[in-house]
Amino acid sequence: MAGPMKMRATLGQGYTDVRVLMTHPMETGQRKDSSGKLVPAHFIQNITVRRNGKTVVEAETSQAVARNPVFTFRIQGGAKGDRIEVSWVDTQGDTNKTEAAVA
Amino acid sequence: MNAVRRLLLQGAGALAASLLAPLAALAAWNKEAFGAKTPADALKSLGVAGAQPSKDLLIEAPQIAENGAVVPIEIESRIPGTTSLTVLVEKNPFPLNSRFTFLEGALPFVKLNVKMGETSEVRVLAQAGGRYYSASQEIKVTIGGCGG
Amino acid sequence: MKLTAAAAAVAVGLIVTPAFAQKSPYADYQRMAAENAPIELYELAGEEAWKQKQGPKNASLEQCDLGQGPGVLKGAYAGLPRYFADADRVMDLETRLVYCMTTLQGRSREDATKRVFGNADKSSEIEVLSAYVAGQSHGMPMRPGTGHPKEQAAYELGRALFYHRAGPWDFSCASCHGEAGKRIRMSELPALNTAKDSQPLMATWPAYRVSTSSFVTLQWRMNDCYRQMRMPEPAFGSEIPVALITYMTVNAQGVVYRGPAIKR
Repeated sequence: MAGPMKMRATLGQGYTDVRVLMTHPMETGQRKDSSGKLVPAHFIQNITVRRNGKTVVEAETSQAVARNPVFTFRIQGGAKGDRIEVSWVDTQGDTNKTEAAVA
Repeated sequence: MNAVRRLLLQGAGALAASLLAPLAALAAWNKEAFGAKTPADALKSLGVAGAQPSKDLLIEAPQIAENGAVVPIEIESRIPGTTSLTVLVEKNPFPLNSRFTFLEGALPFVKLNVKMGETSEVRVLAQAGGRYYSASQEIKVTIGGCGG
Repeated sequence: MKLTAAAAAVAVGLIVTPAFAQKSPYADYQRMAAENAPIELYELAGEEAWKQKQGPKNASLEQCDLGQGPGVLKGAYAGLPRYFADADRVMDLETRLVYCMTTLQGRSREDATKRVFGNADKSSEIEVLSAYVAGQSHGMPMRPGTGHPKEQAAYELGRALFYHRAGPWDFSCASCHGEAGKRIRMSELPALNTAKDSQPLMATWPAYRVSTSSFVTLQWRMNDCYRQMRMPEPAFGSEIPVALITYMTVNAQGVVYRGPAIKR
């Protein structure tokens, strides 16, 4: 069950700034828990950013991205009300997505 | 479908497990490159050759990170026609960190937090017009004390 | 809007702070990490918890009086710790939240405090509530209560505790935090008995702690310091941690609050 995700899309100088906060353990598979057991790898592998339904950014990420990742992307131009969607898929097939209108 | 069933019935271990993984998770994730243990192997798996250093590929990152668990990095390519940015943390157990592909409308820019196991060069590659360009910066990672 | 303003405020705050940020080799790291921190997620979770009806009285915390009147959140954190007549004691944010949980929601103290400190996987209710409430004081000068006799007594108790050596290592808070310019390995130690060093610290709690990927509060910090000094951990929300928090906040008074923030 994916944790909360939050995104804010604002207009910058000739571009749309997209900042997205994700909740995810991004476990490397090398960490040991308090009982000494290895915590299995579990991390976001793919992120997709869409504007008005069109894919603009595709990312492949690894376990070496920090826990509870925060990403900022920029899309050329844009206008208030544009629909931005950010979604992710992880190693367990779990997914999450969030949508926001450009402010 | 029959092939999958056969493999599962034969208990083909890892292969079966990977086939069981949802298709979405299999899509577009370069397992070989992400599993490479040296920067050279990662670049080879990605098909990157002859990357030229470029001053138009900008990395903004702290020189010293107080904690290697979260190291903020900002990357911007001013090279015209940049279609992707690839991030490597050279001394990490698996150097390939992430790869971003920019389709029509996206600017070749990204800000993210990476994990660093130790002081290392962070290398960025930009792909533009069929060529690769590179830039790098060393980030020192210190061991802190206690407290908050 | 608030997110960028918060990040900018943190960045500006860190740059103008005299002793620490200018000397600190970590200034760039702290600025960039703050801009890239997941703090907002905790504030949002806290807002949800604040509005959630709970307990035998099936009530939310929305009528909780944090010192500025029932339900008034703006500036409330900046006015804490302070004396509350209804409880007849000095309270910090977390103590006051528990008070509201028991009085407004009818929950037992045991229920309200059964999990006060969370972890990376799941924050505690008090942690997210602290993030939300503290965020509502962002940009405001910190003015803890200092006029009431009990507030003054709390300050004096806090100061006495700060210098009181005990435990197997004969440590006091002052052992690490009583002198300017000290460090443990590569972490700088603020002299919390001075305004100069306590100000940037008190202005940035509660916070997202990068090394544990979790959101932490002052009650947690007090508890953990005692643990690190190999002393028994003080009871949550009791007179001891409240007195220490009062001591440090009063030392820092006047500083503009710029949290919730990010810490190593």
